[in-house]
Amino acid sequence: MIETRGLRKSFRSRAGRETKTVDAVRGVNLEVAEGEIFGFLGPNGAGKTTTLRMLATLIEPDGGDATIAGADLRKDPAEVRRRIGYVPQGGSTWDESTAREELVLHARMYGIGKADAQRRAARALDAFQLTEYADRKCKTYSGGQRRRVEIALGIIHEPKIVFLDEPTTGLDPQSRAHMWDEIRRLRADGMTVFITTHYLDEADALCDRIAIMDNGELVAEGTPAELKREISGDVVLVGIDLTATEQATKALDGEPYVNKLETADEGGLRLYVDDGATAIPQVLRRLDHAGLELRSIELHRPSLDDVFLTKTGRSLRES
Amino acid sequence: MKFARDTWLIFQRQTQLLLRNPVWVFVGVFQPVMYLLLFAPLLKPALNAPTQAAAYKIFVPGLLVLLAIFGGLFQGFGLIAELRAGVIERSRVTPISRLALLLGRSLRDVVSLIVQAVIITLLALLFDLRVFLGDLLLAYLMLALIALMTSAVSYGVALKVKSEDALAPLMNTVAQPVLLLSGILLPLTFAPGWLQGIADWNPFSWAVDGTRALFAGDLGSDKVWQGLSITAVLAALGVYWAARQFARSVR
Ligand SMILES: Nc1ncnc2c1ncn2[C@@H]1O[C@H](COP(=O)(O)OP(=O)(O)OP(=O)(O)O)[C@@H](O)[C@H]1O
Ligand SMILES: [Mg+2]
Repeated sequence: MIETRGLRKSFRSRAGRETKTVDAVRGVNLEVAEGEIFGFLGPNGAGKTTTLRMLATLIEPDGGDATIAGADLRKDPAEVRRRIGYVPQGGSTWDESTAREELVLHARMYGIGKADAQRRAARALDAFQLTEYADRKCKTYSGGQRRRVEIALGIIHEPKIVFLDEPTTGLDPQSRAHMWDEIRRLRADGMTVFITTHYLDEADALCDRIAIMDNGELVAEGTPAELKREISGDVVLVGIDLTATEQATKALDGEPYVNKLETADEGGLRLYVDDGATAIPQVLRRLDHAGLELRSIELHRPSLDDVFLTKTGRSLRES
Repeated sequence: MKFARDTWLIFQRQTQLLLRNPVWVFVGVFQPVMYLLLFAPLLKPALNAPTQAAAYKIFVPGLLVLLAIFGGLFQGFGLIAELRAGVIERSRVTPISRLALLLGRSLRDVVSLIVQAVIITLLALLFDLRVFLGDLLLAYLMLALIALMTSAVSYGVALKVKSEDALAPLMNTVAQPVLLLSGILLPLTFAPGWLQGIADWNPFSWAVDGTRALFAGDLGSDKVWQGLSITAVLAALGVYWAARQFARSVR
């Protein structure tokens, strides 16, 4: 559905007297399959929005090219526009008009006739539970209501692909969960959804596949499960008395299922294993055999943050 | 066909939003009326005109051109607000014609100017101004071209600078010499030679002369076709340039 090859973009910006060049996106190769929710994860300034804006024909790439829903981004941007929807990060509604007016206008900008546009607007208002506020000015809406209008705008012409730039930022947990449901519904309707997010749990729960972007480059790509497996396997935390640490290390080091072993700061051991569920019984047996008493044992599934940490040396939460 | 439809769509939307704002409608009508009622009485003595009607024949065309210039030049502010709200970006991801995004807006400005012009003309009729309908319509065409040009340029500049703080001083700097050197409020007939020399390079000075000739019923005057051609060419250039800004603007 989307394929990009070496997409690049730099910005020149003036800071005082000198001009600085920011390489916002440095050669991105992506493939997004039809009908999936593809997540673009990365810290502030990673280049997510810039990539999306290039794919949505809003800014011209400095290099590389892309095919979007079968249309060539560089040769036929007009056709790309007809096939995609785009919901910007910073909002797109006008304070003084109503949701219904915005929806009708937006549909008509795609060349849809007036009667059809009105029908579609009514249907979208209904689907996004906005009918109640439909004829009130946008400036009276809550953040969540407004975000729903914006998403409805992005899909009013039933595009093949919709780009959602941080659709859930600023929403409370409940509205966020609603928004996830709505995004899943788009997928169920056969749309390909490309979203950006800072939230690890969101990428994990919502996306079929994700790409992690940092500093203008993709650092990882795959399904959330694949990424987590590929990076670090599972972590087993073994709680034992400080005095027994050395003995336990001796007992467990060199066991075939242990990839790596570390002493944890708070005492106890950290075992990196491929599969925690099968490793735990073996650990228990081994320690029992060595006559060591166990205080606790915990299984940690790696998070996307661990993935990010391994790939970039920084934690996404900190950056 | 698609282009005409797109332009109409934007024009409709912009007009609807304008009419929804009662303050703007009030100001748009009230302001020119004030000029006419409060400024015009000073004119007869100042211009040394034989009658009040003769004074109006000189002043009213100038006032109309003034409104056309200023009405247009400051439209960019509204666009910056739209830019900030994301409305422009939202329009630019649709296949709508980029020229229509500009023209729909500029046409709204032209129409609202013509409405103002009609109100002023009607009021001036009460003060014994007389002008042939044909001449008047040509004068309105001139005003429309001026407003088209200034509003297009204002939109183009707004898309380039993207901030009110930059747009305001810029437009003021442009407007001031244009105003002073065009003989808009007082004709330049009494100006010293060097001042007239500079004014010859000011396209608005030609536009004002042309409009005055039309109000004087002097349709055959060279000034009419000169003024119309100059404003038409400039309007076309302004529209072309501004439409390109709509096509390529970033953020
Ligand atoms: N128009 C612009 N002019 C100059 N620099 C820009 C422009 N747009 C983006 N940048 C820079 O490019 C880099 C990438 O920005 P981008 O908006 O793509 O990041 P992002 O991943 O979307 O971040 P966020 O999560 O904060 O939205 C940043 O360093 C930003 O400052
Ligand atoms: Mg962003």
